[in-house]
Amino acid sequence: MSATTITPHPRLRPAAGRAPGRVTPGNLVRSEWTKLWTVRSTRWSLLAAFLLMLSGIAIAAIRVNSHPIPAHLSSIDMSVAGYHFAELAIAVLGVMVITGEYATGMIRSSLMAAPRRLPVLWAKLAVFAAVTLVTMLVASFIAFFAVQAVVSGHGLQHAITDQNALRTVIGAAVLMAGVGVLGTAVGALTRNTAAGISSVVALLWVLPVVISLLPSSISNSVNPYLPSNAIASLASNTRAAHTLGPWAGLAVFAGYAAVLLAVAAVRLRRRDV
Amino acid sequence: MIEITHATKRYGEKTAVDDLTFAVRPGVVTGFLGPNGAGKSTTMRMIVGLSEPTSGTVTVNGHAYREFTAPLHEVGALLEARAVHTGRSAYNHLLALAQTHGLPRSRVDEVISLVGLEPVARKRVGGFSLGMGQRLGIAAALLGDPEVVMLDEPTNGLDPDGIRWIRELLKGLADEGRTVFLSSHLMSELAQTAEHVIVIGRGRLIADTSVADLVARASDGAGVMVRSPDATRLRELLAGPGVSVRSGERELLEVHGTSSAEIGALAARHGLVLHELTPQTASLEEAYMTLTHDSVEYLAPSEEDRPLMEIAA
Repeated sequence: MSATTITPHPRLRPAAGRAPGRVTPGNLVRSEWTKLWTVRSTRWSLLAAFLLMLSGIAIAAIRVNSHPIPAHLSSIDMSVAGYHFAELAIAVLGVMVITGEYATGMIRSSLMAAPRRLPVLWAKLAVFAAVTLVTMLVASFIAFFAVQAVVSGHGLQHAITDQNALRTVIGAAVLMAGVGVLGTAVGALTRNTAAGISSVVALLWVLPVVISLLPSSISNSVNPYLPSNAIASLASNTRAAHTLGPWAGLAVFAGYAAVLLAVAAVRLRRRDV
Repeated sequence: MIEITHATKRYGEKTAVDDLTFAVRPGVVTGFLGPNGAGKSTTMRMIVGLSEPTSGTVTVNGHAYREFTAPLHEVGALLEARAVHTGRSAYNHLLALAQTHGLPRSRVDEVISLVGLEPVARKRVGGFSLGMGQRLGIAAALLGDPEVVMLDEPTNGLDPDGIRWIRELLKGLADEGRTVFLSSHLMSELAQTAEHVIVIGRGRLIADTSVADLVARASDGAGVMVRSPDATRLRELLAGPGVSVRSGERELLEVHGTSSAEIGALAARHGLVLHELTPQTASLEEAYMTLTHDSVEYLAPSEEDRPLMEIAA
């Protein structure tokens, strides 16, 4: 730095009728909104997730042009197929919105500004889940209507008002927000980006593979309750064998998220940073 | 006002802060001294609620930090460890902090200009030099116009101009009646800024006193330098119980155990010529080195062995 002139310390005088600031949930949400959009990883991860959510369109185009077209091919399921790819981007972003603070030390600034700590976590989750939900809803609806246009000449077309269509399309966006929340919970628990990402990958992607290696008598009864499989029920039109119904699936997934968040909250409250 | 009462912080087997009690009063700059690893940063982290003391209490303006609903108005802190997301610009970092309290954007601009970061405010913090990072940390500390300003090693990485700037800033803040508390492992750095010092070593209080008193006490028994053409005769006259005289060169004596006034009077009575009569004073740095070097013996565990504690009520 070059020479700096010594300036008197400007006092913060509250304007007439305006109380000096204090920490409120609304203020924390505004702060977390700023934090979310002022690091590069957010835009890139959301853009990647958005584009991957649209990959169902390409899948539909390939499948309707290959013969024979499978008998039970659902254009609703194809329209949300992109979430299989997109959820990794959101899970990683979910981990990083909190571990990025630990890695850089920003968490100390955050918790000095809001020493009750838990409201910071809730504000962060609210902002991230809302942003993910809205962007993924847009992507999910675009994918649905685009897929219907692609399959229109093949007798597979569905209207959004058809049974399960709206629930599946919205469900895919809810799934994405849920996976993001799970990522943030795991990130808050591990306080470390590498550990957080590997834990969330283990939970959502490795665990189902491991379970599927077990004898089917065991795997068939365990599989539906794994977090990734449970929430997948919400975002599928056709219900396969050994899966939960959409609402039961959502409830099971919410249970996992609630437990992880509760442990993360206790840890955030108790542990030194 | 910062009050620390019998605070102890243990990390497993290691005791970082050991039954520490002191207070930092408003209106003066209080220095916080100790060798590296003495527990200064741990103490400061307890003050802002980042670490919980294992036992004892730490309060700011009478409250535990975690109780504050507007902590940025109470305490502005610069910690030694970095506390900024490297991917964010300085402006956005300060904005996110200001927003937690609903402070206006104009306040962000104010503190940026106060610390002289305008040219780089929109650049990512990751590319900042150490000095620019310190200025950003100070800007964040002043964001809420706090009653208590606490800075951990604030001159780290600053050039001489920046150091002078910090000194002026801190004195100004103290003159406004705020509590100013800053740590350093270098006495010389604090000597020109602080009026009061708290010295710790190995997590324990060594001294809580004014800078002037610290020097006076360290100078106690430092001796008197006497230069006289009658050094040999003077030496004989000075000899007595409790008085020791050393002589490094001819005509020069170093006298311990008596005052310069008594030596002068003695010489006058015997008509001896003196060329020089100088009470020796330890430098602040020496005083500090003596204190911290001897911290182990100085700190026998009993209460009686802690006469230097001056706990402000």
